[in-house]
Amino acid sequence: MEPLQIYERLKERFGERVLETVEKKPDPFAVVDPGALVEICRYLCDGPELAMDCLSNETGVDYKDHIEVVYHLFSYRHRHGAVLKVKLPRENPQVATVEGVWKSANWMEREIFDLVGVNFEGHSDLRRILMPEDWPGHPLRKDFVEPQEYHGIATVRESPIVRLDRQKKK
Amino acid sequence: MSGTAEQTLRAEEMTLNMGPQHPSTHGVLRFVIRADGEVLREAVPDVGYLHRSIEKIAEKVGYHGFMPYTDRVDYVCAMFTNQGWGMACEKLAGIEVPRRGEYCRVIAAEFNRIASHLLTVGVLGMDIGAMTPFLHALREREMINDLIEELCGARLTFNYMRIGGVAWDLPPGWREKALAYLEHLDPILDEYNALISYNKICIQRLANVAPISREDAINYNLAGPNLRACGVKWDVRKDLPYSVYPDFEFDVPIGHGQWGTLGDSMDRYMMRIYEMKESAKILRQALTRMPDGPVLAKVVRNFRPLAGECQVRVESARGDQGWYVVSDGSGYPWRVHVRTGSFAAMGIIQKLSRGLMIADLVVLIASLDVIAPEIDR
Amino acid sequence: MPLLNSLPDYVLTTKTDELINWMRKSSIWYMLFGLACCAIELMHTGGPRADIERFGVTPRASARQSDLMIIAGTLTLKMALRTRLLYDQMPDPKYVISMGSCSNCGGLFQLAYSVCDGVDKVLPVDVYVPGCPPRPEALTEGLLKLQEKIMTERWLAKAPRAKEQAA
Repeated sequence: MEPLQIYERLKERFGERVLETVEKKPDPFAVVDPGALVEICRYLCDGPELAMDCLSNETGVDYKDHIEVVYHLFSYRHRHGAVLKVKLPRENPQVATVEGVWKSANWMEREIFDLVGVNFEGHSDLRRILMPEDWPGHPLRKDFVEPQEYHGIATVRESPIVRLDRQKKK
Repeated sequence: MSGTAEQTLRAEEMTLNMGPQHPSTHGVLRFVIRADGEVLREAVPDVGYLHRSIEKIAEKVGYHGFMPYTDRVDYVCAMFTNQGWGMACEKLAGIEVPRRGEYCRVIAAEFNRIASHLLTVGVLGMDIGAMTPFLHALREREMINDLIEELCGARLTFNYMRIGGVAWDLPPGWREKALAYLEHLDPILDEYNALISYNKICIQRLANVAPISREDAINYNLAGPNLRACGVKWDVRKDLPYSVYPDFEFDVPIGHGQWGTLGDSMDRYMMRIYEMKESAKILRQALTRMPDGPVLAKVVRNFRPLAGECQVRVESARGDQGWYVVSDGSGYPWRVHVRTGSFAAMGIIQKLSRGLMIADLVVLIASLDVIAPEIDR
Repeated sequence: MPLLNSLPDYVLTTKTDELINWMRKSSIWYMLFGLACCAIELMHTGGPRADIERFGVTPRASARQSDLMIIAGTLTLKMALRTRLLYDQMPDPKYVISMGSCSNCGGLFQLAYSVCDGVDKVLPVDVYVPGCPPRPEALTEGLLKLQEKIMTERWLAKAPRAKEQAA
């Protein structure tokens, strides 16, 4: 089944809760209501016609005015895929976890929590995965400012050219 | 002696730390292990010791400039990450790669796959306590490194591909050398099988260790050889064909569980051996059928694809690699995300580790073929 | 030295310091510790072609048994604290080779938010090996340089006498 047909079917089933479908090339996607996300995912995963048994990718994107969580779904049985998105506010973004539907979401959601700062409600083990526990902020946000030092280690290295210039001036 | 044996021999649960400097050769991984004597209750992976913020760097360096960084996403098989990034940009901008360029890509990538699997197989030997397989594998890898070095000037971080093709054509005389190497490889693989794969110790050490069921493999999003070892016949090269792979005849080997259970470590190990043979098949066909023509499409230096987003999937040596790229129409990508096989494989370890022996955990990590930079990026 | 000629051919004379250093440099044990891309080249250096063991350099699994730490690859901030811990566990005298651009100065990853730009911010480094990644030959050269450095060290030299200091 083509992605657009899948989105049509979703619209038939969930009506208003599928907010929009975008046909833009190269990859079309559907934006869904965050409140209905788990229900829609369940439907996509369990129904025999769609049988999206694999969450192949989940990632978060910061668009400066809102944050999107993107789900790439795939069906090994029917060999078709779909892209779902939820739009969240930038301040305190929250969405329900899909860990109960696909186990692979566990780690991917931890990564999104760590790097983009999205809170996944109901996640079994939501803690930082890549950055150290005591790291400030979420690095893949567009307004992230790198801290000057971490445990006494300076995070920037002065360019040798700048240093030479300074020595010359002295 | 008073009390039953269970009471007198009661053991406290231990919490052990394994890594990040653990003398296994998969980069910096850390496990927090809760064990009852030799038997694991659970091993909780702790990753991120090699998180180099490659995805953030992509937003700062532009499309062409990001190519060398893709090498570092998976340094053991960097050709695939090159190819994935190239394909994602080409899909965004609608560029068509010349046919000879695609052939060069396939040739370079398949050689890289052999090199990567050789390393996996050798390192697995070293992890189960045998030094010889490692030396044998590295000897072969050096020869492939020589070939690739002649092709692109680097042994490890190639930066061979460009958006729209490859940087250089094959050097003169390279084709003959490559074919000669393939002639040399086949008997070596048989020797390798006789020496290690069908060795009784190896089979006993690997068979029946940490089997993964078909459903779990899909649910946990395993990819590539790890998925095929569980009996799922899925190869991106065959099922979602890209590049010029439809031109070639090759099989997709899957696990059958003839040494123990379906999807155990032995199946995962043997997948690599089979795939090397398949890669050699592809390489022979590609090297003999190469068309003439240019290798690089005309791509502007100031590369600005239209706003949009796409995902491409490449069958890397560590499985289905997905490049998700969001463009906002400027000269810098808005967001790049790589979905990798190792990240998924690492996620399943906690579940599989329950009830394993501590020594089998090392076998499990080695057979899943995880590479630290691919997990952390 | 008159002593030299009075002895038969099979007797060698040398300074004690040099003897100690010669023994030390011929059995450098490095810690099996790979961080990133360079770790693959480190493995190749120990492999059959470069064969670093002919210089008496052999990998050890534990920090407590090793003399040399080869920082092979990008040092992230998360790893930097652990690396310092490992370094502190090594017995003296200990040496550090910084292998590759990333551990020399951050290299390609100077733009990154999570990378420690240069291992010399956390550890003292003896030899820097440039390259991204350095070839096995380059690392071997680095080791030979380290051996040269070891040969110049003095262990038994007496402290200068008070009279000389006064003079």
